[in-house]
Amino acid sequence: MLDFSILTDYFDLYLQGLLNTIKISLIGLGGSFVLGTIIAVMRIAPVRIVNWIGACYVEFIRNIPLILIAFFFYNGLSAFHINLSGFTAGTIGLSIYTAAFIAEAIRAGIQSVDRGQMEAARSSGLTYIQAMKYVILPQAIKIVIPPIGNQFLNLVKNSSILGVFAGFDLMYFGDMIHEKTYVTFDTYIFVGAFYLLLTIPLSSFVRYLERRLARGY
Amino acid sequence: MDFSGAYSADHLIYLGKGFIVTLEVAFISIIFSFIIGSLVGTLRYADIPVLSKIMAVGVETIRNLPLLLIIFFTYFALPEVGIQLSISLATIAALTVFESAMISEIVRSGLSSIPKGQIEAARASGLTYIQTLWHIILPQGLKRMIPPLVSQFISLLKDTSLAIVISLPELLHNAKVIYNGNVNYVTPILLLTALMYFVVNYMLSLLSLALERRLDRDGKIKIAS
Repeated sequence: MLDFSILTDYFDLYLQGLLNTIKISLIGLGGSFVLGTIIAVMRIAPVRIVNWIGACYVEFIRNIPLILIAFFFYNGLSAFHINLSGFTAGTIGLSIYTAAFIAEAIRAGIQSVDRGQMEAARSSGLTYIQAMKYVILPQAIKIVIPPIGNQFLNLVKNSSILGVFAGFDLMYFGDMIHEKTYVTFDTYIFVGAFYLLLTIPLSSFVRYLERRLARGY
Repeated sequence: MDFSGAYSADHLIYLGKGFIVTLEVAFISIIFSFIIGSLVGTLRYADIPVLSKIMAVGVETIRNLPLLLIIFFTYFALPEVGIQLSISLATIAALTVFESAMISEIVRSGLSSIPKGQIEAARASGLTYIQTLWHIILPQGLKRMIPPLVSQFISLLKDTSLAIVISLPELLHNAKVIYNGNVNYVTPILLLTALMYFVVNYMLSLLSLALERRLDRDGKIKIAS
């Protein structure tokens, strides 16, 4: 039977970890959304070299492990006399990694809008930027939201790698509680439960959005 | 800054050894999780009264947990209840559990995407349910599953790097051992390591594209959608 006294005795530590994981995930979402949008626009911009840079970013980052990117920011920058905390390095790594996936989701969304829409907007005298902003993006958003929701879910789970860098997330606090209790099994079962508290509602919501948006308005 | 010496023969051999461990662990886990994931996905699709519900709860729980936690738990917590696994077995077990859950969802949604009329037509032509599943639904579903399956395998290969927390001597672990000795080695070693991951994964994604095109061309597996 699980020892619930661990949960009650160290509830404030679990809670602190949970709140930090939420904080990291939200910062990561903001960062990766901004970066991802820039990369997506680069990938479809009418300039070949810019396309290519965007494509390289996506293909390279998507095909290497997140934890490697985080290690680069945590260990790699000290050769250049920049020392980042585990929290900062981990959050930057998460944003850079997730941005590649978000960029792909946004690009797919934009490209699923009929070509004629862009042509019509341009021939009505809108500039490329205006056509994007007022015609293409509002239509693409609907298609893009569910996959971004899924990426956010992955981001929440992936934020656990901050535990490796003393990044003050839920995993890190789990480790801290473990050092006090010397009970591994129960301590981490509760850590898992706290993650589920975040991810299960989130994944149900994403699924709801998928169904809702697939039906159209 | 002195980068020279980062790519010495000793270092390259050590990285190569780590790379082999990564590939081995990933390969074994891909095989296991593909078998278990297909089985669970098909059973969930078949909608067997109690069993499918239990599986749904299990799959949802595992999918919504961080893999890092599962790896950590498998190696450090299971011995407390009498299950002691070696580092590599613990990694393979944790990866298999997590990825099977992911793959079962891919298989289930791939099968569900086949129009119901196909089943009705097959059953009406006198095929049994199993025959329908095997000859009609699976071949068509498989084609739709290939892209998400391959990207899941790529994820799995990348995720083997998480086993660094239990000191599996895989690629990233060995890279870290090398650069821990010299701060100037961090960037060149991590760059080479990233390239090694990239090459395998990029080849996998190209393979997936080629496979998709091939199946598109084949008249045998053509979907009317």
